[in-house]
Amino acid sequence: MNKQKTVKILKFYPEKCQGCKECEKACSKVHFNSDEGGDKSAIRILKDKDGKYKMHVCDQRGLCLDMCPVGALTRKKNGVVFLDKNKCIGCQACVAFCPIGAMRKSKTRIEPFKCISCGACVRACPTGALGLVEVKIQDIKEVVYHKQGVQYK
Amino acid sequence: MIGGQIAIEEYKTGNTEHKWDTKKLRSKHKILEEYRYKKSEINKGFTNRTLYINLDTNKIKEKKVTEEMKKKFTGGRGFGLKLMWDSIKSSTRWNDNENELIITTGPLCGATQYPGSGKSLCLSISPSTNIICDSNVGGFFGPYLKFAGFDAIELQGKAKEDVIIVVDGEKEKITIETSPQEEINSHLLNEQLTCMYASEDADESRQLISVVSAGEGAENTYWGCMNFSFYDIRRKVCRMKQAGRGGLGTVLRDKKIKAVVAKVERFTGVTNNPADPNKIAQVGTKLHREIRDLDRYQCNMRAVGTGHLVEIMDEYDLLPCENYRFGSFPKASKIYSPKFYELFTKIIPDGCWHGCTMACAKTVDGFEVMTGPYKGQKVTVDGPEYETCGCGSNMSLWDPKQILEFNFYCDTYGIDTISTGTAIAFYMEMYEYNILNKERCDGIELCFGNFEAVMELLHRIAKGDKGEFVNIAGKGIRRVKDWLKKKGWGDLYTIEESGMESKGLEYSEYVTKESLAMQGGYGLTLKGPQHDEAWLIFMDMVNNQIPTFKDKAEALHYFPMWRTWFGLNGLCKLPWNDVEPANNAETEEPAKVPEHVQNYVDYQNAMTGWNVDKEELILQSERCYNWQRAMNVWMGRGQRKDDWIPYRSMGPVTETEYMSRKDRYDKQLVEKVGINKKDVEKMDTKEKMQVLYDWKQDQYQKLADAVYYRRGWTQNGVPTPQKMKQLGFTDKKMLDMLQKKIDYDEKKGLNKWGGKYKKGEKAPSKNLRYWEKW
Repeated sequence: MNKQKTVKILKFYPEKCQGCKECEKACSKVHFNSDEGGDKSAIRILKDKDGKYKMHVCDQRGLCLDMCPVGALTRKKNGVVFLDKNKCIGCQACVAFCPIGAMRKSKTRIEPFKCISCGACVRACPTGALGLVEVKIQDIKEVVYHKQGVQYK
Repeated sequence: MIGGQIAIEEYKTGNTEHKWDTKKLRSKHKILEEYRYKKSEINKGFTNRTLYINLDTNKIKEKKVTEEMKKKFTGGRGFGLKLMWDSIKSSTRWNDNENELIITTGPLCGATQYPGSGKSLCLSISPSTNIICDSNVGGFFGPYLKFAGFDAIELQGKAKEDVIIVVDGEKEKITIETSPQEEINSHLLNEQLTCMYASEDADESRQLISVVSAGEGAENTYWGCMNFSFYDIRRKVCRMKQAGRGGLGTVLRDKKIKAVVAKVERFTGVTNNPADPNKIAQVGTKLHREIRDLDRYQCNMRAVGTGHLVEIMDEYDLLPCENYRFGSFPKASKIYSPKFYELFTKIIPDGCWHGCTMACAKTVDGFEVMTGPYKGQKVTVDGPEYETCGCGSNMSLWDPKQILEFNFYCDTYGIDTISTGTAIAFYMEMYEYNILNKERCDGIELCFGNFEAVMELLHRIAKGDKGEFVNIAGKGIRRVKDWLKKKGWGDLYTIEESGMESKGLEYSEYVTKESLAMQGGYGLTLKGPQHDEAWLIFMDMVNNQIPTFKDKAEALHYFPMWRTWFGLNGLCKLPWNDVEPANNAETEEPAKVPEHVQNYVDYQNAMTGWNVDKEELILQSERCYNWQRAMNVWMGRGQRKDDWIPYRSMGPVTETEYMSRKDRYDKQLVEKVGINKKDVEKMDTKEKMQVLYDWKQDQYQKLADAVYYRRGWTQNGVPTPQKMKQLGFTDKKMLDMLQKKIDYDEKKGLNKWGGKYKKGEKAPSKNLRYWEKW
């Protein structure tokens, strides 16, 4: 089988970010046809204690793939981890098991949503603080937890 | 080991594949009845109607669920009890046409956000006990029945030939069809029907079908279980879960039902239309995260399921070995969970309903069957769960593959592993004492550890072998006890006290000898000895948290009520206390897992829009629990004499057992019974056993006294009309029946305490008619 070996993921240049959150608004436009950003955006820009900006978004590692009971989560041809909301039954297993909280749930619907590396946020950023970079799936992929518990080690 | 992130299409089980000509099979069906209905939207967890099917007349109708019914019976098992009360007579027995088989859902059933929300609760009059037996089960059928439009399905009457009932929620149509050619054994029948009724030849379509069935073993025993299928899109296999206890599969086959099929169109996470979906998602996500972070340090359910209990029970001397004679065994480590872990296919999400991240439903795929009709084929074995492993230790089978083989055939033959294993262990012990032998067992050498003999017995049972022993063996321990007595083989004491059954139902797999509260947890139950009412061994024996009779009675009030609650709602009990919040031990009542109780309060409120608190949850259960006990009374059971338990569950029946725990029992004679240490040393083992026997029996009666009192029942264990009124029941037929029974008991002198109270000991109340004041 001819498998995709690379995937585009978001890269953040914090020194260029001004915190305008145009990226979030663009993202919520993609997912909810709304420009509210915030809870409706798959990418979040947060300010840490030192006043520095941080990006919080899915890195396409795909740990959620093996969590989905109905096969709504797949790695697409372009390598992106994709949630088919028409197949999703809203169990939130992927939301809860994501170690970085990148699978998101908005109050407007039961099905979660996530970054699909579409680049809308990159285009919306007025200062060039965001970019898409190509990485090898092999380097970022993480398999789901399936090792036996610590008490047996 | 299979790594993660393998595309669904690429998973391979290595199982033997079958090609079925489903068109041909289906062309032989004759439609006996077709009923069209209009699905309405589910409203806050309820469809507000139930489905009634009579197989004598092929009549199909819908019954309305009233607000009153919800108020009094909540849902699930409660609805089942109400439907049975309205339909059966006090004289109805399991194989009467008017006996019903009911599968219920519950308001929370079918939600996907909170782990363990896909359970069905099944009820019928049990062939083992001839009273109502309730049995809970996972799989997709419950949720699909509800999404197809019904809170419960009620099956009455008997078909003249094998039929399939199809509840088609896609076409809004119910059919009763003859089924002359399909397989009977579940692992094959599930495949055939799932392929037959799926809208398209695709895994997604097959996943929208669920089949309830029971195999050939169910027809020839009283151990029949109902298999509930759930299609696994990764393994491409119809997996199954069992409503195991009480022989409900036997009732299914007695009604000549080959299968009940539920089919749905697409559904979503909010098909239940909850009052507050975001709240449910929030509470559910919180629990998912707890499981993610803590399960591997706690029960390890995601890796090995309930099998992790084997090593714990063995360590605490609680694992039933050789018919409960011993609580641990030198070979036990051969069936510890790491041994099964090596065999399990480690590909996630192993929930028996969507969104259950506890994922305890483990499988061994590509298992090569070693005996019987499917020898040489490769199959998926669901499990084994702890109870099935415990059957292994009870029969002295210490090879994981033998336990898997036993598990596979019990499932596909549609017989309960627990009853089967416990019963065979008893027969093996009788074999050891020469009460049974090869000749009396129709040529089967049924001694401990003889795997081939176990499998031969199962295969002969499934084939309908008419051998006297083979035939009676499948009817269970109670019938075999009576048979042995009739034959005059063996002594009464050994037979009665070693066979682990109460009310006619076989025990599940825990040794209770050293925990009085757990003896009550098995004996003072509604349906018979099953641990789903109370599991108090650690509270009682290990942690000594409930030292007095009053404490034990409180636990035997609270926990059975609490555990009943899951069955009213369509929930699984495991996510309640098989994962605990990190700070649970610091809470006031860790055994109750207070944070999770609050989750359930929030969950039920968010689904139904009610405004209940944790006390109200207990009250919901109390109503149904008392109603079921009252129905048992109505059917002539449900009294102190019916709460009898065999002495094997209390103490040593044989000298070997006494000697295996000599120090412990000698100490009990001194510390508990109050005999001088020097006198104990002078006594021989027989004498010691007799004294211990009398003391333990009296302890159990005193426990029953305290529990009946706490539950608001008479000294004979009968719920009082006063109690029922307090719970909000006004049904005159019920209240009059109970009063009549109490008056009768009064005449017979049964309204008195069962324990012998010495000086300084107090019965629960001085007033013998304490309930009248309530």
